[in-house]
Amino acid sequence: MADAPQIPDEAETRARWGNFAWTAENAEKAKAVIARYPAGRQRSAVMPLLDLAQRQVGAETQTQGWLPVPVIEFVAAQLDMPFMRAYEVATFYTMYNLVPVGRYHVQVCGTTPCLLRGSDDVMAACKNRGMTKGKTTPDGLFTLTEVECMGTCTNAPMVQINDDNYEDLDYDSMTRILDALAAGDAPKAGTQIAGRHTSEPEGGPTTLKEMVKANHDYRKEWEA
Amino acid sequence: MPKVTVDGVELDVPQGATVLQACEMAGKEIPRFCYHERLSIAGNCRMCLVEVAPGPPKPQASCALPTAEGQVIRTDSPMVKKAREGVMEFLLINHPLDCPICDQGGECDLQDQSVAYGRGATRYDENKRAVTEKYMGPIVKTVMTRCIQCTRCVRFAEEVAGVEDIGAIYRGENMQITSYLEHAIQSELSGNVVDLCPVGALTSKPYAFEARPWELTKTLGIDMMDAVGTNVRIDSRGRQVLRVLPRVNDDVNEEWASDKTRHHVDGLVRRRLDRPYVRKSGQMVEATWAEAFEAIKAVNAGSSVAAIAGDLVDCETMFAAKSLVNALGGTLLEGRQTGLDYDVTSLSAVNFNTTIAEAENADVILLVGTNLRWEAPLINTRVRKAVWKKGAKVFAIGPETDLTYRTEWLGDDASLVAKLPQHVTDALKGAERPMLVFGGGALSVPGVHGAGLALAKAVNAVRDGWNGYNVVHFSAARMGSLMLGYGLPRGIKDVIAAKPKLAFFLGADEVDFAALPDTFKVYVGHHGDKGAHAADVILPAAAWTEKDFTTVNTEGRVQRSEKAVFAPGDAREDWSIFRALADALGVSVGFDSFDECRAAMIAAVPALGVEGIADYGWTVPKLPAKPEARAIPSPIKDFYLTNAICRASPTMQRCSEELIHGVDFAEAAE
Repeated sequence: MADAPQIPDEAETRARWGNFAWTAENAEKAKAVIARYPAGRQRSAVMPLLDLAQRQVGAETQTQGWLPVPVIEFVAAQLDMPFMRAYEVATFYTMYNLVPVGRYHVQVCGTTPCLLRGSDDVMAACKNRGMTKGKTTPDGLFTLTEVECMGTCTNAPMVQINDDNYEDLDYDSMTRILDALAAGDAPKAGTQIAGRHTSEPEGGPTTLKEMVKANHDYRKEWEA
Repeated sequence: MPKVTVDGVELDVPQGATVLQACEMAGKEIPRFCYHERLSIAGNCRMCLVEVAPGPPKPQASCALPTAEGQVIRTDSPMVKKAREGVMEFLLINHPLDCPICDQGGECDLQDQSVAYGRGATRYDENKRAVTEKYMGPIVKTVMTRCIQCTRCVRFAEEVAGVEDIGAIYRGENMQITSYLEHAIQSELSGNVVDLCPVGALTSKPYAFEARPWELTKTLGIDMMDAVGTNVRIDSRGRQVLRVLPRVNDDVNEEWASDKTRHHVDGLVRRRLDRPYVRKSGQMVEATWAEAFEAIKAVNAGSSVAAIAGDLVDCETMFAAKSLVNALGGTLLEGRQTGLDYDVTSLSAVNFNTTIAEAENADVILLVGTNLRWEAPLINTRVRKAVWKKGAKVFAIGPETDLTYRTEWLGDDASLVAKLPQHVTDALKGAERPMLVFGGGALSVPGVHGAGLALAKAVNAVRDGWNGYNVVHFSAARMGSLMLGYGLPRGIKDVIAAKPKLAFFLGADEVDFAALPDTFKVYVGHHGDKGAHAADVILPAAAWTEKDFTTVNTEGRVQRSEKAVFAPGDAREDWSIFRALADALGVSVGFDSFDECRAAMIAAVPALGVEGIADYGWTVPKLPAKPEARAIPSPIKDFYLTNAICRASPTMQRCSEELIHGVDFAEAAE
């Protein structure tokens, strides 16, 4: 398992995170999440709570956050479930980071639609900024991961950086975004093509053009 | 009762049966890896595919599909054959071809089923995946590359053992089975995952590379490590027992065995007494049998003779010793070496009356002074089943410990038995099948026995068709010894008070030998342990695997075990030692062969002649019911080192150090 995450040393993480506890604000949120599930089924709250914990770790470390083993155990203990069961969940989903990440977790999609639309260029842009797949840059700013489909194929190629998607990328726009992030700015999320809003056809509609202005009944045209 | 057709044969199956069970009832073999009768259904190996109509036109996993009226099931169609070949091919894609160096070889489900149901050859040219080694403790050896992810071990740990320490982490191709953070599994039942594993991923660490299954002689036996009477198969090669595996007996051990049962066997070849010894001027000196007998004769004890039975002895041994003591005119017979002195006038009052199998049907359970997990691990799994599957409520009095299920601890004061909190009494009274369990620790406090019987009456625990009053012993010899009359009113204190000139210690190591300073001590046993150290003469005897015997478990079940190997050196079977000693002392014990010994024993105690549960009736002795107000002690200090064989076993020593005393043995990753 060469590409399996190398779980950090247990003694070290226990020393650093052994006394993890919710902040007052997150404690409230956790309570609200648990209350969504019927009594005796609190275990169902494990995924939102792990996410909340990861975000709190992120806030404490000025990064995107990760889940040290003691933090997973903290969540499991709160939900009265065996540590192993929570650990299984945390290792199954890729949104939970099992190793520390940088401030920006750059997840480049490399699945077929993105690949066909030029995800190699996006990856090259990242590499040219000194990132290596699966590693964090020495300044602690970026962590690069190649991921599978994020379901944004109409706007391929795309990356997910922390909670935002950046879509319709090419080498230049990707470089621009990374530069902006490095400078501490907040680049525009979503599509990077001027004039495009979400996933509508690039350069205006190509079908159903009459519908743009008003409702149009096409059925007569189909009858012919 | 749905009516289904399996391969053209129509049959009725019970409501709720799965298609796989229906096929088995029709006598069809369905290959499977993840399905196991005693575990929940996972349905993830896909090996049990069959064709079912009506239904989608594709093979269906029979283990997870319920039968329905009018189903037509085919297990022999081309579609099924092809499906099985396909599944097998996928399973073998990442499975290493290391059968020649795999301990599972010869008893491997994957090996057998790939021969029976697989394609002849592989079409896979890529690299196989490899999985890093995991650490699971001193009992379980792992080679995780061989794992086919059936998750039987995960389900066993969660459902039966009650330690949710094993799980499947990561996903897809990276999925791996591991113990939590690769720590040792903290369970006294971990060895069972070795039997459950259908491939060679989890194998037995102490037995690694010892033997192939076809080299072993298999003998049916009864385990003597605790009073459950686990049915086992003794696998031996030549003169050595190499391993002990559980046999299926739904009334006793289902198909599990504790780690102590499985792995004490390496103690059978260590620290053995293989020749007689006689103490001469303070030193134990090797002797011949004749010299040893001469030394015993020289004591000239007359009728001042006692016999004290240990935990590992069988009924025939105790009967032979009793015959000799009686022939010499003595009456001092005791089996409770550590000084317990509960009343034994009624065997039903010291028996596990509910029976082990019925324990899983109890709905409210009160445990008094018993760490069931250590005293009788396989009764604990029954209680866990009652809690886990049927929602039973468990209260407990005694030193707090993790029993693997939710337990309401009431405190460790013995006097609580006489004045239970109201809600506990109410729960027991309102229960359909209340169960009271008293351990050896509870019976060691004066008054608890009487109070327990009074409580059984008060909550109506003994009723028509249900006897909820139980005593759980942890000495395999106990019920047998009591049936044979090894029980004095004040226990071993009576022996000490009588100051016998001569005493036989039948594998008894836990006696306070210093309390018998003027007694000539003859140790008849098989291991050089505490008893042998204190002895004046040692007569080497056979261990439980080295003789035929009868034993009685804590529920009064009479069982027979067979001889697997011969005792080492000059050691002899116990009955013959007493027979020969009788000659030397000039008396007669009334038997000349093992069969005669057994027949005489059955004539004396007819119940020992019938295999199965002995009927003790239900009589309640009148006993003081005011328990002393003091903490109930815990009788077992270390599960893995409770008797002479375990203490001689390197595996049990390692288990004790690692699992009880927390010494770190985990190997560094390589």
